[in-house]
Amino acid sequence: MRPLVALGCGTLFGAGLTLSGMTDPARVLGFLDVLGSWDPTLAFVMAAALALSLPAVQWVRRHPRPLLDSQYFVPEQTRIDAKLLLGAVLFGVGWGIAGLCPGPALASLAAGVPEVLLFVVAMAVGMALRHLQERRSADARDAGSGS
Amino acid sequence: MLDFGLLSAVFGGLMIGAAAALFFWLNGRIAGISGIFGDLLFDRRSGHWPWRLTFLAGLLLGYLAIRAWRPELGEINLQSGPVGMIVAGLLVGYGTRMGNGCTSGHGICGIARLSPRSFAATGTFMLAAILTVALLRHSGVFA
Repeated sequence: MRPLVALGCGTLFGAGLTLSGMTDPARVLGFLDVLGSWDPTLAFVMAAALALSLPAVQWVRRHPRPLLDSQYFVPEQTRIDAKLLLGAVLFGVGWGIAGLCPGPALASLAAGVPEVLLFVVAMAVGMALRHLQERRSADARDAGSGS
Repeated sequence: MLDFGLLSAVFGGLMIGAAAALFFWLNGRIAGISGIFGDLLFDRRSGHWPWRLTFLAGLLLGYLAIRAWRPELGEINLQSGPVGMIVAGLLVGYGTRMGNGCTSGHGICGIARLSPRSFAATGTFMLAAILTVALLRHSGVFA
């Protein structure tokens, strides 16, 4: 059942990204280009998404558990640290270069544009690099603590 | 003026918000795309790959559904060449893993949960992206 729900939610999410124009890098960069001929339309995407999801999520959290699972799966960290902010900076720079973020990039893979595939493969490589680096530093910590 | 572009932005946003809220209500999970994609690739111990795979497959289906309805909405006007796409993809992949999320996980789900980390991350990546576009388009260094 949960994979089916995920399929439905993913489809709705992908349709929303496409309908709103987030899958077109020209529109995204037009929104980010505040010094140029700024196109504020995409601000309405986030505003509308939050106008619905913010009250909905607050309502959901009043229930002890989700409908189809035993608990909510939310990040436990609360500290705003350098890792969070530096990661966000790197992501923002990449977003500003290509006009693609992960959701729209994956959704528009379906268009079969080679450059989008290139972006997604590079994104997977970037994730792998971070993954390896984190595993190596975890190993070093374990070695340092004598285990 | 209520033109089609504005209406489609609002309705698209409502669909994104509804998808995130439904996913949290039913499955109890964050609809963060970089997290779902990264964990599908690198979290092989757990049995979580089926829902991750179907969620991501849904993104493609959603794209195709809208494009079948109105082909112009599926337009992809690339803004950088192959080298730019590779550099951008590497930064987006590395950065979203390091910062635990992207536009969806922090910008929509995190803010909807009123997470201070997501407010900080969203402000930071928006600012970084705006500065990057300003530098690339208006500094005269790259144009």
